[in-house]
Amino acid sequence: MNRFYVVLTALAVVLGITVFALLRTGGGAPAAAAGPPPTVADDGFRGYSLGQGSAPVEITEYLDFECPVCATFATVQMPTIKEQLINTGRVRWKFRDFPLAVHKYSRFAAHAAQCAGAQGRYFEMQDQLFEHHQWAQTGKDPSNLFRSLGQAAGVDLNAYDACMKAGRYAQRIEYSRQEGDSVRVDGTPTFFANGRKLDFRRLPGSDDFKAIADSIIAHSPRH
Amino acid sequence: MRHRQAIAFLALAGLFVALYLWLHALGFGGPIKCGASGGCETVQTSQWAVFLGMPVAFYGVVGYLAVLVVALASLRPAALPQRQWNVMLVGLASVGWLSTIYLTYLELFVIHAICRWCVGSAVIITAIWIVSLLSLRFPATRIDPGVSQPLRGPPA
Repeated sequence: MNRFYVVLTALAVVLGITVFALLRTGGGAPAAAAGPPPTVADDGFRGYSLGQGSAPVEITEYLDFECPVCATFATVQMPTIKEQLINTGRVRWKFRDFPLAVHKYSRFAAHAAQCAGAQGRYFEMQDQLFEHHQWAQTGKDPSNLFRSLGQAAGVDLNAYDACMKAGRYAQRIEYSRQEGDSVRVDGTPTFFANGRKLDFRRLPGSDDFKAIADSIIAHSPRH
Repeated sequence: MRHRQAIAFLALAGLFVALYLWLHALGFGGPIKCGASGGCETVQTSQWAVFLGMPVAFYGVVGYLAVLVVALASLRPAALPQRQWNVMLVGLASVGWLSTIYLTYLELFVIHAICRWCVGSAVIITAIWIVSLLSLRFPATRIDPGVSQPLRGPPA
Protein backbone atom coordinates (compact mmCIF):
# COMPACT_ATOMS: atom_id res chain seq x y z
CA MET A 1 0.00 0.00 0.00
CA ASN A 2 2.76 2.44 0.89
CA ARG A 3 4.38 1.72 -2.44
CA PHE A 4 1.12 2.67 -4.15
CA TYR A 5 1.10 6.11 -2.53
CA VAL A 6 4.78 6.65 -3.34
CA VAL A 7 4.16 5.83 -7.01
CA LEU A 8 1.00 7.97 -7.08
CA THR A 9 2.85 10.93 -5.57
CA ALA A 10 5.74 10.48 -8.02
CA LEU A 11 3.28 10.41 -10.90
CA ALA A 12 1.61 13.59 -9.60
CA VAL A 13 4.98 15.35 -9.46
CA VAL A 14 5.93 14.24 -12.98
CA LEU A 15 2.57 15.29 -14.40
CA GLY A 16 2.70 18.60 -12.54
CA ILE A 17 6.13 19.38 -13.97
CA THR A 18 4.92 18.39 -17.44
CA VAL A 19 1.92 20.71 -17.28
CA PHE A 20 4.10 23.54 -15.99
CA ALA A 21 6.55 22.99 -18.86
CA LEU A 22 3.69 22.93 -21.40
CA LEU A 23 2.32 26.21 -20.10
CA ARG A 24 5.68 27.94 -20.17
CA THR A 25 6.26 29.78 -23.38
CA GLY A 26 9.21 31.86 -24.31
CA GLY A 27 9.16 35.46 -25.39
CA GLY A 28 7.03 38.29 -24.14
CA ALA A 29 4.10 39.64 -26.06
CA PRO A 30 5.37 42.41 -28.34
CA ALA A 31 4.62 46.09 -27.80
CA ALA A 32 1.73 47.92 -26.22
CA ALA A 33 -0.51 46.52 -28.92
CA ALA A 34 -0.30 42.96 -27.62
CA GLY A 35 -1.98 43.30 -24.25
CA PRO A 36 -5.12 44.78 -22.79
CA PRO A 37 -4.83 48.51 -21.99
CA PRO A 38 -4.95 49.73 -18.39
CA THR A 39 -7.99 51.85 -19.18
CA VAL A 40 -10.75 51.61 -21.77
CA ALA A 41 -12.34 54.48 -23.66
CA ASP A 42 -15.06 54.65 -26.28
CA ASP A 43 -13.75 56.47 -29.34
CA GLY A 44 -17.11 56.12 -31.07
CA PHE A 45 -15.78 53.55 -33.51
CA ARG A 46 -18.20 50.68 -34.14
CA GLY A 47 -16.29 48.49 -36.56
CA TYR A 48 -15.30 48.44 -40.19
CA SER A 49 -18.19 47.65 -42.51
CA LEU A 50 -18.55 46.10 -45.92
CA GLY A 51 -21.58 46.89 -48.05
CA GLN A 52 -24.03 49.68 -48.57
CA GLY A 53 -25.34 51.78 -45.70
CA SER A 54 -28.87 51.30 -47.04
CA ALA A 55 -28.72 47.50 -46.89
CA PRO A 56 -31.77 46.17 -45.00
CA VAL A 57 -29.73 43.61 -43.09
CA GLU A 58 -26.71 44.30 -40.96
CA ILE A 59 -24.64 41.31 -39.87
CA THR A 60 -22.21 41.99 -37.06
CA GLU A 61 -19.41 39.49 -36.73
CA TYR A 62 -17.34 39.27 -33.54
CA LEU A 63 -14.06 37.75 -34.62
CA ASP A 64 -10.70 36.74 -33.24
CA PHE A 65 -7.81 36.86 -35.70
CA GLU A 66 -6.06 33.88 -34.13
CA CYS A 67 -9.20 31.72 -34.18
CA PRO A 68 -8.93 29.03 -36.88
CA VAL A 69 -12.69 28.87 -37.36
CA CYS A 70 -12.75 32.61 -38.06
CA ALA A 71 -9.99 32.08 -40.62
CA THR A 72 -11.90 29.25 -42.26
CA PHE A 73 -15.05 31.35 -42.36
CA ALA A 74 -13.20 34.34 -43.81
CA THR A 75 -11.43 32.38 -46.53
CA VAL A 76 -14.08 29.80 -47.44
CA GLN A 77 -17.50 31.33 -46.78
CA MET A 78 -16.93 35.05 -46.98
CA PRO A 79 -16.11 35.31 -50.70
CA THR A 80 -19.50 33.83 -51.60
CA ILE A 81 -21.28 35.99 -49.02
CA LYS A 82 -19.61 39.08 -50.47
CA GLU A 83 -20.61 38.13 -53.98
CA GLN A 84 -24.19 37.09 -53.28
CA LEU A 85 -25.28 39.25 -50.37
CA ILE A 86 -22.97 42.20 -49.75
CA ASN A 87 -22.23 43.29 -53.30
CA THR A 88 -25.92 42.97 -54.20
CA GLY A 89 -26.84 45.53 -51.53
CA ARG A 90 -28.85 43.16 -49.36
CA VAL A 91 -26.42 42.84 -46.46
CA ARG A 92 -23.97 45.13 -44.73
CA TRP A 93 -21.25 43.26 -42.81
CA LYS A 94 -19.66 44.79 -39.74
CA PHE A 95 -16.52 43.44 -38.09
CA ARG A 96 -15.97 43.75 -34.35
CA ASP A 97 -12.94 42.53 -32.45
CA PHE A 98 -13.33 39.91 -29.79
CA PRO A 99 -9.80 38.72 -28.91
CA LEU A 100 -10.02 35.63 -26.76
CA ALA A 101 -7.82 35.33 -23.69
CA VAL A 102 -6.59 31.91 -24.82
CA HIS A 103 -4.87 33.47 -27.81
CA LYS A 104 -1.53 35.09 -27.23
CA TYR A 105 -1.39 37.18 -30.39
CA SER A 106 -5.01 37.76 -31.36
CA ARG A 107 -5.09 41.21 -29.75
CA PHE A 108 -1.83 42.03 -31.49
CA ALA A 109 -3.28 40.89 -34.82
CA ALA A 110 -6.45 42.94 -34.23
CA HIS A 111 -4.22 45.93 -33.55
CA ALA A 112 -2.28 45.32 -36.75
CA ALA A 113 -5.57 45.31 -38.67
CA GLN A 114 -6.67 48.53 -36.96
CA CYS A 115 -3.36 50.23 -37.75
CA ALA A 116 -3.77 49.15 -41.36
CA GLY A 117 -7.34 50.43 -41.17
CA ALA A 118 -6.04 53.85 -40.16
CA GLN A 119 -4.44 53.92 -43.60
CA GLY A 120 -7.58 52.68 -45.33
CA ARG A 121 -6.24 49.13 -45.59
CA TYR A 122 -8.27 47.26 -42.97
CA PHE A 123 -9.85 44.74 -45.31
CA GLU A 124 -6.63 44.11 -47.19
CA MET A 125 -4.86 43.45 -43.88
CA GLN A 126 -7.68 41.25 -42.66
CA ASP A 127 -7.35 39.18 -45.84
CA GLN A 128 -3.61 38.87 -45.30
CA LEU A 129 -3.98 37.79 -41.67
CA PHE A 130 -6.56 35.13 -42.48
CA GLU A 131 -5.06 33.87 -45.72
CA HIS A 132 -1.63 33.40 -44.10
CA HIS A 133 -3.02 31.97 -40.92
CA GLN A 134 -0.06 29.66 -40.27
CA TRP A 135 1.26 32.35 -37.92
CA ALA A 136 -1.49 31.39 -35.49
CA GLN A 137 -0.20 27.83 -35.25
CA THR A 138 3.48 28.44 -34.65
CA GLY A 139 3.32 30.33 -31.35
CA LYS A 140 6.20 32.50 -32.54
CA ASP A 141 6.29 36.26 -32.22
CA PRO A 142 4.53 37.40 -35.44
CA SER A 143 5.72 41.04 -35.36
CA ASN A 144 7.96 40.75 -38.41
CA LEU A 145 5.49 38.60 -40.30
CA PHE A 146 2.71 41.14 -39.69
CA ARG A 147 4.94 43.89 -41.07
CA SER A 148 5.40 41.79 -44.21
CA LEU A 149 1.67 41.18 -44.40
CA GLY A 150 1.07 44.89 -43.92
CA GLN A 151 3.45 45.64 -46.75
CA ALA A 152 1.57 43.18 -48.96
CA ALA A 153 -1.66 44.91 -47.95
CA GLY A 154 -0.29 48.23 -49.14
CA VAL A 155 0.39 49.70 -45.71
CA ASP A 156 3.02 52.38 -45.13
CA LEU A 157 5.32 50.66 -42.66
CA ASN A 158 6.64 53.77 -40.93
CA ALA A 159 3.15 54.84 -39.92
CA TYR A 160 2.26 51.23 -39.13
CA ASP A 161 5.28 50.82 -36.84
CA ALA A 162 4.49 54.02 -34.97
CA CYS A 163 0.86 52.96 -34.56
CA MET A 164 1.81 49.52 -33.26
CA LYS A 165 4.52 50.81 -30.93
CA ALA A 166 2.12 53.31 -29.38
CA GLY A 167 -0.66 50.75 -29.05
CA ARG A 168 -2.90 53.41 -30.55
CA TYR A 169 -5.98 51.23 -30.88
CA ALA A 170 -5.58 49.04 -27.81
CA GLN A 171 -8.46 50.77 -26.04
CA ARG A 172 -10.70 50.52 -29.08
CA ILE A 173 -10.10 46.77 -29.28
CA GLU A 174 -10.73 46.30 -25.58
CA TYR A 175 -13.92 48.37 -25.86
CA SER A 176 -15.09 46.08 -28.65
CA ARG A 177 -14.28 43.01 -26.56
CA GLN A 178 -16.20 44.39 -23.59
CA GLU A 179 -19.09 45.22 -25.88
CA GLY A 180 -19.01 41.58 -27.01
CA ASP A 181 -19.12 40.48 -23.38
CA SER A 182 -22.13 42.69 -22.78
CA VAL A 183 -24.07 41.05 -25.62
CA ARG A 184 -22.99 37.59 -24.47
CA VAL A 185 -20.51 36.70 -27.14
CA ASP A 186 -19.08 33.42 -25.86
CA GLY A 187 -16.93 32.26 -28.76
CA THR A 188 -15.74 33.27 -32.16
CA PRO A 189 -17.04 33.86 -34.69
CA THR A 190 -20.37 35.04 -33.25
CA PHE A 191 -22.90 36.72 -35.50
CA PHE A 192 -25.77 39.14 -34.97
CA ALA A 193 -28.38 40.02 -37.58
CA ASN A 194 -29.83 43.50 -37.03
CA GLY A 195 -28.83 43.16 -33.39
CA ARG A 196 -30.26 39.69 -32.82
CA LYS A 197 -27.77 36.99 -31.87
CA LEU A 198 -27.65 34.08 -34.30
CA ASP A 199 -27.20 30.57 -32.93
CA PHE A 200 -25.72 28.06 -35.31
CA ARG A 201 -25.07 24.40 -34.57
CA ARG A 202 -22.19 24.45 -37.04
CA LEU A 203 -20.07 26.91 -38.95
CA PRO A 204 -22.62 28.82 -41.05
CA GLY A 205 -22.29 29.27 -44.78
CA SER A 206 -23.60 31.67 -47.39
CA ASP A 207 -26.89 29.76 -47.64
CA ASP A 208 -27.55 30.31 -43.94
CA PHE A 209 -27.03 34.04 -44.23
CA LYS A 210 -29.04 34.18 -47.45
CA ALA A 211 -31.95 32.53 -45.64
CA ILE A 212 -31.64 34.96 -42.74
CA ALA A 213 -31.46 37.97 -45.06
CA ASP A 214 -34.45 36.68 -47.07
CA SER A 215 -36.46 36.24 -43.89
CA ILE A 216 -35.65 39.72 -42.56
CA ILE A 217 -36.30 41.39 -45.89
CA ALA A 218 -39.60 39.51 -46.30
CA HIS A 219 -40.77 40.67 -42.88
CA SER A 220 -39.59 44.25 -43.24
CA PRO A 221 -42.28 46.98 -43.53
CA ARG A 222 -41.38 47.74 -47.13
CA HIS A 223 -42.62 44.31 -48.24
CA MET B 1 -8.31 -3.09 -4.53
CA ARG B 2 -6.19 -3.24 -7.67
CA HIS B 3 -9.15 -1.83 -9.57
CA ARG B 4 -9.44 1.12 -7.23
CA GLN B 5 -5.70 1.76 -7.41
CA ALA B 6 -5.84 1.67 -11.21
CA ILE B 7 -8.75 4.14 -11.14
CA ALA B 8 -6.74 6.46 -8.88
CA PHE B 9 -3.78 6.42 -11.30
CA LEU B 10 -6.04 7.02 -14.30
CA ALA B 11 -7.95 9.81 -12.52
CA LEU B 12 -4.67 11.50 -11.64
CA ALA B 13 -3.57 11.41 -15.28
CA GLY B 14 -6.98 12.71 -16.42
CA LEU B 15 -6.84 15.44 -13.80
CA PHE B 16 -3.63 16.85 -15.23
CA VAL B 17 -4.91 16.66 -18.82
CA ALA B 18 -8.03 18.62 -17.80
CA LEU B 19 -5.93 20.97 -15.67
CA TYR B 20 -3.70 21.84 -18.63
CA LEU B 21 -6.71 22.55 -20.85
CA TRP B 22 -8.38 24.59 -18.13
CA LEU B 23 -5.31 26.71 -17.38
CA HIS B 24 -4.84 27.26 -21.10
CA ALA B 25 -8.47 28.34 -21.41
CA LEU B 26 -7.83 30.85 -18.62
CA GLY B 27 -5.05 32.37 -20.69
CA PHE B 28 -1.97 30.79 -19.14
CA GLY B 29 0.81 29.83 -21.52
CA GLY B 30 0.93 30.38 -25.25
CA PRO B 31 -0.74 28.45 -28.04
CA ILE B 32 -1.94 25.04 -27.02
CA LYS B 33 0.54 22.22 -27.69
CA CYS B 34 -1.47 20.17 -30.11
CA GLY B 35 0.52 19.58 -33.28
CA ALA B 36 0.09 21.52 -36.49
CA SER B 37 -3.49 20.54 -37.22
CA GLY B 38 -4.94 23.27 -35.01
CA GLY B 39 -7.69 20.93 -33.87
CA CYS B 40 -7.34 21.86 -30.22
CA GLU B 41 -7.55 25.57 -30.97
CA THR B 42 -10.64 24.97 -33.08
CA VAL B 43 -12.29 23.02 -30.29
CA GLN B 44 -11.12 25.30 -27.49
CA THR B 45 -12.33 28.44 -29.22
CA SER B 46 -15.68 27.07 -30.33
CA GLN B 47 -18.89 28.07 -28.59
CA TRP B 48 -19.10 24.57 -27.11
CA ALA B 49 -15.88 25.07 -25.15
CA VAL B 50 -17.80 27.06 -22.52
CA PHE B 51 -20.65 25.66 -20.43
CA LEU B 52 -22.54 27.76 -17.88
CA GLY B 53 -19.87 30.42 -18.08
CA MET B 54 -16.97 28.09 -17.33
CA PRO B 55 -14.54 26.38 -19.70
CA VAL B 56 -15.59 22.76 -20.28
CA ALA B 57 -12.15 21.67 -19.09
CA PHE B 58 -13.03 23.03 -15.64
CA TYR B 59 -15.75 20.40 -15.33
CA GLY B 60 -13.17 17.83 -16.33
CA VAL B 61 -10.92 18.98 -13.49
CA VAL B 62 -13.81 18.72 -11.02
CA GLY B 63 -14.87 15.31 -12.36
CA TYR B 64 -11.42 13.75 -12.29
CA LEU B 65 -10.76 15.23 -8.86
CA ALA B 66 -13.99 13.68 -7.58
CA VAL B 67 -13.04 10.28 -8.99
CA LEU B 68 -9.55 10.56 -7.49
CA VAL B 69 -10.87 11.53 -4.06
CA VAL B 70 -13.43 8.72 -4.04
CA ALA B 71 -10.84 6.19 -5.27
CA LEU B 72 -8.40 7.23 -2.52
CA ALA B 73 -11.14 7.17 0.10
CA SER B 74 -12.14 3.69 -1.04
CA LEU B 75 -8.56 2.50 -0.49
CA ARG B 76 -8.71 3.10 3.26
CA PRO B 77 -8.51 -0.23 5.06
CA ALA B 78 -11.97 0.20 6.52
CA ALA B 79 -13.46 0.94 3.10
CA LEU B 80 -11.82 -1.91 1.21
CA PRO B 81 -14.56 -4.51 1.70
CA GLN B 82 -17.39 -2.02 1.18
CA ARG B 83 -19.04 -2.45 -2.22
CA GLN B 84 -20.74 0.96 -2.22
CA TRP B 85 -17.43 2.61 -3.14
CA ASN B 86 -17.39 0.58 -6.35
CA VAL B 87 -20.95 1.68 -7.06
CA MET B 88 -19.97 5.30 -6.45
CA LEU B 89 -17.00 5.01 -8.79
CA VAL B 90 -19.17 3.45 -11.50
CA GLY B 91 -21.65 6.30 -11.08
CA LEU B 92 -19.01 9.02 -11.36
CA ALA B 93 -17.26 7.28 -14.25
CA SER B 94 -20.55 6.84 -16.11
CA VAL B 95 -21.37 10.55 -15.84
CA GLY B 96 -17.89 11.41 -17.10
CA TRP B 97 -18.05 8.85 -19.88
CA LEU B 98 -21.47 9.99 -21.13
CA SER B 99 -20.28 13.61 -21.09
CA THR B 100 -17.23 12.55 -23.09
CA ILE B 101 -19.40 10.72 -25.63
CA TYR B 102 -21.40 13.92 -26.17
CA LEU B 103 -18.30 16.11 -26.43
CA THR B 104 -16.67 13.68 -28.88
CA TYR B 105 -19.84 13.75 -30.96
CA LEU B 106 -19.62 17.55 -31.05
CA GLU B 107 -15.99 17.39 -32.14
CA LEU B 108 -16.64 14.88 -34.93
CA PHE B 109 -19.96 16.03 -36.33
CA VAL B 110 -20.49 19.66 -35.31
CA ILE B 111 -17.13 21.36 -34.84
CA HIS B 112 -15.39 19.06 -37.34
CA ALA B 113 -12.11 19.14 -35.45
CA ILE B 114 -10.39 16.72 -33.12
CA CYS B 115 -8.34 17.83 -30.14
CA ARG B 116 -5.67 15.34 -29.16
CA TRP B 117 -5.94 16.30 -25.50
CA CYS B 118 -9.66 15.62 -25.61
CA VAL B 119 -9.00 12.24 -27.21
CA GLY B 120 -6.52 11.51 -24.42
CA SER B 121 -9.12 12.44 -21.82
CA ALA B 122 -11.72 10.30 -23.60
CA VAL B 123 -9.39 7.29 -23.50
CA ILE B 124 -8.70 7.84 -19.79
CA ILE B 125 -12.35 8.20 -18.76
CA THR B 126 -13.28 5.18 -20.88
CA ALA B 127 -10.59 3.16 -19.12
CA ILE B 128 -11.83 4.39 -15.73
CA TRP B 129 -15.37 3.41 -16.67
CA ILE B 130 -14.34 -0.09 -17.76
CA VAL B 131 -12.18 -0.66 -14.67
CA SER B 132 -14.95 0.58 -12.40
CA LEU B 133 -17.37 -1.87 -14.02
CA LEU B 134 -14.83 -4.66 -13.55
CA SER B 135 -14.52 -3.70 -9.89
CA LEU B 136 -18.25 -4.25 -9.52
CA ARG B 137 -18.17 -7.53 -11.42
CA PHE B 138 -15.04 -8.83 -9.73
CA PRO B 139 -14.79 -7.24 -6.29
CA ALA B 140 -11.37 -7.46 -4.71
CA THR B 141 -10.85 -10.22 -2.20
CA ARG B 142 -7.12 -9.89 -1.63
CA ILE B 143 -5.55 -7.37 0.68
CA ASP B 144 -1.98 -6.29 0.11
CA PRO B 145 0.58 -7.40 2.67
CA GLY B 146 1.20 -4.71 5.23
CA VAL B 147 -2.40 -3.60 5.34
CA SER B 148 -4.29 -4.48 8.43
CA GLN B 149 -7.19 -6.81 7.76
CA PRO B 150 -10.48 -4.97 8.24
CA LEU B 151 -13.13 -6.39 10.49
CA ARG B 152 -15.61 -8.52 8.53
CA GLY B 153 -18.37 -8.36 11.11
CA PRO B 154 -19.14 -7.85 14.73
CA PRO B 155 -16.96 -9.80 17.13
CA ALA B 156 -18.49 -13.01 18.31
